[in-house]
Amino acid sequence: MKLLRRFYAALTITILAPLAMPGAHGAFAQAPKPWEVGMQPAANLIKQKIIDLHDLVFWIIALTTVFVAALLVVVMVRFNAKANPVPSRTSHHTGLEIAWTVIPVLLLVVMSIPSFRLIYYQDRTPNPDLTIKVVAHQWYWEYAYPDQGDFSIESRYVRDEDLKPGQLRLLDVDNQMVVPVGKNIRILTSSPEVIHSFFVPSLGVQRYAIPGRTIETWFSVDRPGVYYGQCNQICGADHSKMPIAVHAVSEQEFKTWTEQQKKSADAGAPAGAPPRLLAATDTTANQVQR
Amino acid sequence: MADTTHDHAHGHDAHGHDHHDHKPGFVARWFFSTNHKDIGTLYLIFAVVGGVVGGILSEIMRAQLQFPNNHIVTDGQQWNTIITTHGLLMIFFSVMPALIGGFGNWFIPLMIGAPDMAFPRLNNISFWLLPPAFVLICIGLFMGESGSGWTLYPPLSNATYEHGMGMDCTLFALHLAGASSLLGAMNFITTIFNMRAPGMTMHKLPLFVWASLVTAWLLVLAVPVLAGAITMLICDRNFGTAFFDPQGGGDPVLFQHLFWFFGHPEVYIMILPGFGVISHVISTFSKKPVFGYLGMVYAMVGIGVVGFVVWAHHMYLSGMDVDTRAYFMGATMVIAVPTGVKIFSWIATMWGGSIEFKTPMLWAIGFLFVFTIGGVTGVVCANAGIDEVIHNTYYVIAHFHYVLSLGAVFSIFCGFYYWIGKMSGRQYPEFWGRVHFWLFFIGVNLTFFPQHFLGLAGMPRRYPDYPDAFAGWNYVSSVGSYISGVSMLVFMYVCFKTFTSKVPVADNYWGEGATTLEWTQSSPPAFHTYTELPRIL
Ligand SMILES: [Cu+2]
Ligand SMILES: [Cu+2]
Repeated sequence: MKLLRRFYAALTITILAPLAMPGAHGAFAQAPKPWEVGMQPAANLIKQKIIDLHDLVFWIIALTTVFVAALLVVVMVRFNAKANPVPSRTSHHTGLEIAWTVIPVLLLVVMSIPSFRLIYYQDRTPNPDLTIKVVAHQWYWEYAYPDQGDFSIESRYVRDEDLKPGQLRLLDVDNQMVVPVGKNIRILTSSPEVIHSFFVPSLGVQRYAIPGRTIETWFSVDRPGVYYGQCNQICGADHSKMPIAVHAVSEQEFKTWTEQQKKSADAGAPAGAPPRLLAATDTTANQVQR
Repeated sequence: MADTTHDHAHGHDAHGHDHHDHKPGFVARWFFSTNHKDIGTLYLIFAVVGGVVGGILSEIMRAQLQFPNNHIVTDGQQWNTIITTHGLLMIFFSVMPALIGGFGNWFIPLMIGAPDMAFPRLNNISFWLLPPAFVLICIGLFMGESGSGWTLYPPLSNATYEHGMGMDCTLFALHLAGASSLLGAMNFITTIFNMRAPGMTMHKLPLFVWASLVTAWLLVLAVPVLAGAITMLICDRNFGTAFFDPQGGGDPVLFQHLFWFFGHPEVYIMILPGFGVISHVISTFSKKPVFGYLGMVYAMVGIGVVGFVVWAHHMYLSGMDVDTRAYFMGATMVIAVPTGVKIFSWIATMWGGSIEFKTPMLWAIGFLFVFTIGGVTGVVCANAGIDEVIHNTYYVIAHFHYVLSLGAVFSIFCGFYYWIGKMSGRQYPEFWGRVHFWLFFIGVNLTFFPQHFLGLAGMPRRYPDYPDAFAGWNYVSSVGSYISGVSMLVFMYVCFKTFTSKVPVADNYWGEGATTLEWTQSSPPAFHTYTELPRIL
């Protein structure tokens, strides 16, 4: 009974969550929303292009489905045994057969032009401003900054009992991946053990992290804030417990942060317990603002 | 495919059984069976068992995901084992046995006018490889040691991360199931090529037979690749090889290529026989011949051929070169064209018809609707650019369940209601058949449609627990799955009513619309049919 009440409490909270938004003092954060029916909004041009292409494809497929459904309704109304007791024997119509082959081909061509452009745009950035190595582990993320003094941080999910008010269960982490706003960030994914997938929906970026190879991709972030993602390739028992939080900050803040990180790395901070990030990260940034 | 004008199908009627309906005793009949109808029945029973176990697992999964907080299956490894087994059971132990082994065995010989399959004893082995495979997969499930997902990607499936014997059992189960389908496929191909009744040319073959022929070819070409990959994986696990282990110079992505070279054709293996069933049912209940027969045949052949060169659309994120991705994207989108031809030809078959909405026809029309949805979302998934944010999310889950859990399963029930009178000699209760259809239709749509939303919002698959924001649609989805669960109870009741019915059924109980050869036989057909070969004009 107690358990059941907890479930319903959780459910009510999620249903009411959009009504009770956190105050305006919180920094911007992009996380999934309850009862969302579309893609998470774009935080950069890559995701905007994905959304645009998806909109185009969506209208094509929605109209196709409506068209097929309408045909089915027409057929059921006009050609049921009562309305049409004598069936025709038509079993060929060359014109029609050509039409329903050619028209889909044309639709596909229309669709494929932006599709091909998009994948070449997404693939990698010609002039990256910095590189971050994303190393996936069972079950946490390690983010290495080779250009900023070659330090790395480990990022683990926040356990239920440690959640602070406003923090998101299974999305918030102890150490966020900090990136500068407006820069082209090259991402190199890899893993020392099993396959994971680095996936941040609002940044339009996802790549597997596969042992034995390094995979390149990129993203940029248009405005400061926190952007949430999750591991998206089954990687063992705690697959659902290795979320990703990308914290985009101004260039100045990023510089301060990297210097701080480098200093504590040089000082030999104990592994697994990296120093806290910018104070803002812990307090305000995790307020979800929608 | 050249027409085979001369036929070699005469071997069997030379045996001259004096009393045609002499049936062997129980053990000989069901355990050493060489009769295509009995083996078909065994396959169908087996498919029901596999489907029930797989279905129970899916209800457990939906109950777990109904609320966030990880309340039923609290162990991640157990959860992963459940999702793995659910996928494998539904594919290899339910959909395939029902459509290929069940309906294929029952109706291919009946439809082409052959007395039996070409290799009756091989047929028996094909079936009897499945029960041990089923036992092995259940061992993997109960040991909780096969948590790699049905895609079995190493390194997660190798000895370091899944050290238990359960994983080996699961892999070996796939070997057996694969061998079973391979033998079955060879049998089908030989039967269809060589045992057609005089006058039954390739271009007169009923569409279900064509569908089964293409399926059998896909099996023959795809399953050995899976077998190779699994063998390499078993060697990696047990015998110190390193095919997929980078530390020994191997490559995990190699496994993905091999797996999906099998895995993509596999989805057509599951849906093509369903296409065949749907064609027959729509034609029967519209009382019209199938529209564009040749287009339908070559659309299936085309889907089969192109289906072999699109596999890496499952691997857009595995670090392939962008040009390679562009190719696989283009090739994948091409498949929409023959699929569209089929959908429109089915509608054209109904156009001008005199349609009776009996239960099988409800399933067929339901199929057209859900398969269209599953097909068009496939176009979204095919786009490598969009895949970047929906890969491995619930969008993909929704897509392939619309094609398989709805599409293929609708075609199975469609075939069941269409042919159960023929197979058992007893008719199903029309009212309960309709109740079953509507409950299932509402249930599965409620289950899977909201999963599109979850996927677009970014919910990853194979999660035992999820951020609270996803709770709403997950709740709806779970309620839907309970409704489809109830519809399965209705189905059980339908079976009960059918088999306890005392009303005999006519040879051709669907009337003028049903024109294929199985309707010339009694219901149920004699133990040995076509001791004299029919001639097709
Ligand atoms: Cu992971
Ligand atoms: Cu595929």
